[in-house]
Amino acid sequence: MTAFLSYLRVLATFARNSFVRDMTFRGNFLIEAVTSLGWASMNLAFYVLIFRYTPMIGAGTGWGRYEFFLFFATGLLISSLVQTFFMTNADELSDLIRLGGLDFILLKPMDTQFLVSLKRIDWSSLPNFAVGAALLAYALVELHYAPGPTEILLYPLYLACGVVIYYSLMMTMAAATVWMGRNLTLLDFWFYLTNFNRFPMEIYGGPYGLPLRWLLTFIIPVLVVVNVPAEILLRPLRPEMPRDWLLPAFTLLATAASLALSRWTFQRAIASYRSASS
Amino acid sequence: MTARLALWWTVLRISLSERLIYRADFALGTLMRFLPVVTQIFLWWAVFEGVAASGAAAQKIAGYSYRDFIAYYLLTYIGRALSSMPGLASGLARDIRDGTVKKYLIQPIDMLGFLLLTRLAHKLVFYTMALLPFALVFYLCRGFFSGWPDAVTLLAFLASLVMAFLLGFLIEATLGMIGFWFLEVSSLLFVFMLISFFCSGHMFPLDILPEFWQAVLRAIPLQYLAYFPAAVFLGKIAGAELAWGLAIEAAWIVFFLAAARAAFHFGARHYSAYGG
Repeated sequence: MTAFLSYLRVLATFARNSFVRDMTFRGNFLIEAVTSLGWASMNLAFYVLIFRYTPMIGAGTGWGRYEFFLFFATGLLISSLVQTFFMTNADELSDLIRLGGLDFILLKPMDTQFLVSLKRIDWSSLPNFAVGAALLAYALVELHYAPGPTEILLYPLYLACGVVIYYSLMMTMAAATVWMGRNLTLLDFWFYLTNFNRFPMEIYGGPYGLPLRWLLTFIIPVLVVVNVPAEILLRPLRPEMPRDWLLPAFTLLATAASLALSRWTFQRAIASYRSASS
Repeated sequence: MTARLALWWTVLRISLSERLIYRADFALGTLMRFLPVVTQIFLWWAVFEGVAASGAAAQKIAGYSYRDFIAYYLLTYIGRALSSMPGLASGLARDIRDGTVKKYLIQPIDMLGFLLLTRLAHKLVFYTMALLPFALVFYLCRGFFSGWPDAVTLLAFLASLVMAFLLGFLIEATLGMIGFWFLEVSSLLFVFMLISFFCSGHMFPLDILPEFWQAVLRAIPLQYLAYFPAAVFLGKIAGAELAWGLAIEAAWIVFFLAAARAAFHFGARHYSAYGG
């Protein structure tokens, strides 16, 4: 318990330090917040354009305009959390290893992965969370639909699962770049992987789409990150329908598995760390 | 004259060998860049399915068939590959900040010309390296194209690509020279990159926009970096419209050439050579 408390205290200190640092360069902070909002609104504009021409993405999939806004809002909530807490840190990992900065972190009497993952919190990505929440509320109002208590309880849980899966994939890739050399950056891969989550998984159909959907669900569980929470919030869960709970159940499994994988890869990476330039 | 040519040749050769260091990276990175097209292929299929299911008999959206959309996205890759100048503006701003820029003020070499040649070398290598992955992707996706366009269209397409390269270079160079007046321009450049991604038509063909926004985006030069060449190839812009488009693009090049020269001229006066 005391260990847990001290981890919380360290996390609070990281958050405070990062905030102080962000506030030192206020203009820069503002521009960063505005650009990440800009990116989200550009995407939204694209979706609005698409729905000028079609009432639905895919025939009979149920992804109409507001259902899709809810999907997009869910993705925005998850990615803003990942960017706020983990993105900068994962990005810096290869530098830490290459330049030997990891020495100082290894010396500290705390879990190295915890320290590496959370040391710098990027507050400027948080405004996107507010935008996501607002868009979510707007979509639900337009859909005239109020989710039941089970769904409202499950939604944050699956948001958290999504964040953990994203974090794990990111950390695994960051740690793996240690062995691969560093010219292709992690962020590139990351963008291309999350790009598959810009649209509901139903669009991946047909002889080429289905294998891709399977690959991105069961081998690299990217697609469950946004699809599962969005589906949960969109319609009531029917326990008698296997379709309604199979994928959510799998998501829990995938969350645990990818977290374990990130842990394993991270520790392997640390083990082969040679303290380069110290 | 020969001395000058020899000098430029040397510059080109040095940059070429510099760029050839990371070969495997190029090929892999280039293939990866096409991954978002996979999403677009499925997305627009689903969109057209949605349209068909709603009972509308429309085979086209804003004049584009399903195959046109995918062909458009693939073609924008060619335009962007030529017109995007990664690191040009930020490198220029950094050179100004840390003082490296004064080598252009002292040595008998024109900075804009030097940078242009460096970029040309970069693009030459990029295309030699990327030829295989590009050819592979286009071969696999040949079903989305309806054959080669006629000779005039093809020539106009090539002209628009060459001009896209020049325009992209000059816009970025002009932006980088803002560094003479402001120390930190990286956030500004990032904002520009975002706007350019949207307005150049890399995200979607500009034709699907409502008329007002189409008019706005066609009035600014960013459309020439990706939308224009792709639309020319697909035959969406032809005849007098095409001739005008090319002429206006040329005018923009002249404009930004003047702007970049002026920025360098006044910037160099303003310059106070920090960094020893």
